[in-house]
Amino acid sequence: MRDVAVVGVGMSKFGELWDKQLRDIFIEAAIEAINDCKIDLKDIQALFIGNYSAGTWVQQEHLGPLLADYLGISPKPAMRIESACASSGAAFYIAYMAIASGLYDIVMVGGVEKMTDVPTENSTTFLASAADREWEAFLGMTFPGLFALMARRHMYQYGTKREQLAMVSVKNHKNGSKNPKAQFQREVTIDDVLNSPIIADPLTLLDCSPISDGAAACILCSSDIAKKYTDTPIYVLGSGQGTDTIALHDREDITIMKSTIEASRKAYSFAHLEPKDIDVAEVHDCFTIAEIIEYEDLGFCKKGEGGKIIENGETEIGGRIPINTSGGLKSKGHPVGATGVAQVCEIVYQLRGEAGKRQVSNAEIGLTHNIGGSGSSCYVHIFGRKKR
Amino acid sequence: MFIFLVEKRGDLMSKPTSPRIWQLAERRYRLIGVKCENCGKIFISPRKICPNCKSTKLIDISLPRKGKIYSYTIINAFPSERKNYGPYIMAIVELENGCRLTAEIVDCKIEDLKIGMPVELTFRKIGEESESGIIYYGYKFRPIS
Repeated sequence: MRDVAVVGVGMSKFGELWDKQLRDIFIEAAIEAINDCKIDLKDIQALFIGNYSAGTWVQQEHLGPLLADYLGISPKPAMRIESACASSGAAFYIAYMAIASGLYDIVMVGGVEKMTDVPTENSTTFLASAADREWEAFLGMTFPGLFALMARRHMYQYGTKREQLAMVSVKNHKNGSKNPKAQFQREVTIDDVLNSPIIADPLTLLDCSPISDGAAACILCSSDIAKKYTDTPIYVLGSGQGTDTIALHDREDITIMKSTIEASRKAYSFAHLEPKDIDVAEVHDCFTIAEIIEYEDLGFCKKGEGGKIIENGETEIGGRIPINTSGGLKSKGHPVGATGVAQVCEIVYQLRGEAGKRQVSNAEIGLTHNIGGSGSSCYVHIFGRKKR
Repeated sequence: MFIFLVEKRGDLMSKPTSPRIWQLAERRYRLIGVKCENCGKIFISPRKICPNCKSTKLIDISLPRKGKIYSYTIINAFPSERKNYGPYIMAIVELENGCRLTAEIVDCKIEDLKIGMPVELTFRKIGEESESGIIYYGYKFRPIS
């Protein structure tokens, strides 16, 4: 296996991009990634695209050739990869393997989703397809509903407080207010979260990531040629994937995501690192409770103590382990298929020292954590300024 | 016209077509699950391989009609197929034999809801394909009075 480096990153603005089409948004991110390093379009040997459900949102499937065509790299190979909200985490994993295996030397990996062209209730329905259609969604379950079940159970088993959930949203909005690409660049208070409309009790609107449009792209290459294309390559130190049951009710304990435990343990062992070595992380806060469970399952604290570490400020910028400096899915936005690669963009900015007002000082090692569905799939990647 | 098309597409996506209803109708109507004859694990959804012990000896069983609430939520943001609903309760119910399933809780006051609350099976309408399409039924649960 060869070592792999990220040499270029790019992102569109996240938000309600009503005047733009899916292909426009992706190409915007791709051009930014190309301009971020000294790679020419003709050097790219393959394109991997993460996308959850363009077929339902904008009635467009077959994104591989579509985006390769508009990127001007046809007849090079291109494919679309799906793993619900972890689609571009999955695409990154495939692109990483493609370089590590020696099959390619330089590839582009991206993610894109266009969600705001339909009414919200339709998006709610489409998102529920990432759960078990026949045994959950058919009976009336929604995505916020599944995470509300986890929240209620976490509060019951560990005494996690409603206010602690709200603190995740407050922190992420504070970080997002410093991110010019974020959908919501404004701060919120605990009272704002508690008093916003109920979506799935106990979760309110400000506990939930928004419906968004957006795209992200990065360029990966073999580490031995990375310095040719940038002065600041960021190396992939670890990679892991895991799964859990598709239906939440089939899990022994719904406050644990086995996929996250599996993926992160593989990534840590691959990188010869431990949770305490991570300086900054982007984790999948699709709902506030998700971030609290992920603190625990990624090993940043003991099981049941996620509420305490947010309350103690340990995950703020300047804290013990800053989490979601970009604003996370909550404030930056969650165009589902774009999220995994967008997380990589943020970690690259942090490790290069290019994160502006939200910069974590002396960040050497960063982690991305991307889940699909109710944690049914998970991709974790660890990045560093130095080679393994 | 544009809105009309979008709405229709949402409806097609969200509402099962007839084959998907009848494929599972009997299991939903009679609350039939599967039990692994090797390790004893029980599932609401039919499987051919036990994820617990990898045995392929799974048999259909009739599931108990009573259980208790393992976790619950009140849905206030509705999917398109329920856009005319008011808030409704969804739960994971743990049946008397330990099998868990997802179901709506009906005939229940919100202030009475709690984890561990005893509930029993009730047979109800789940939805309909369209104004002229088939109506589909299945399991819901209600408090034991």
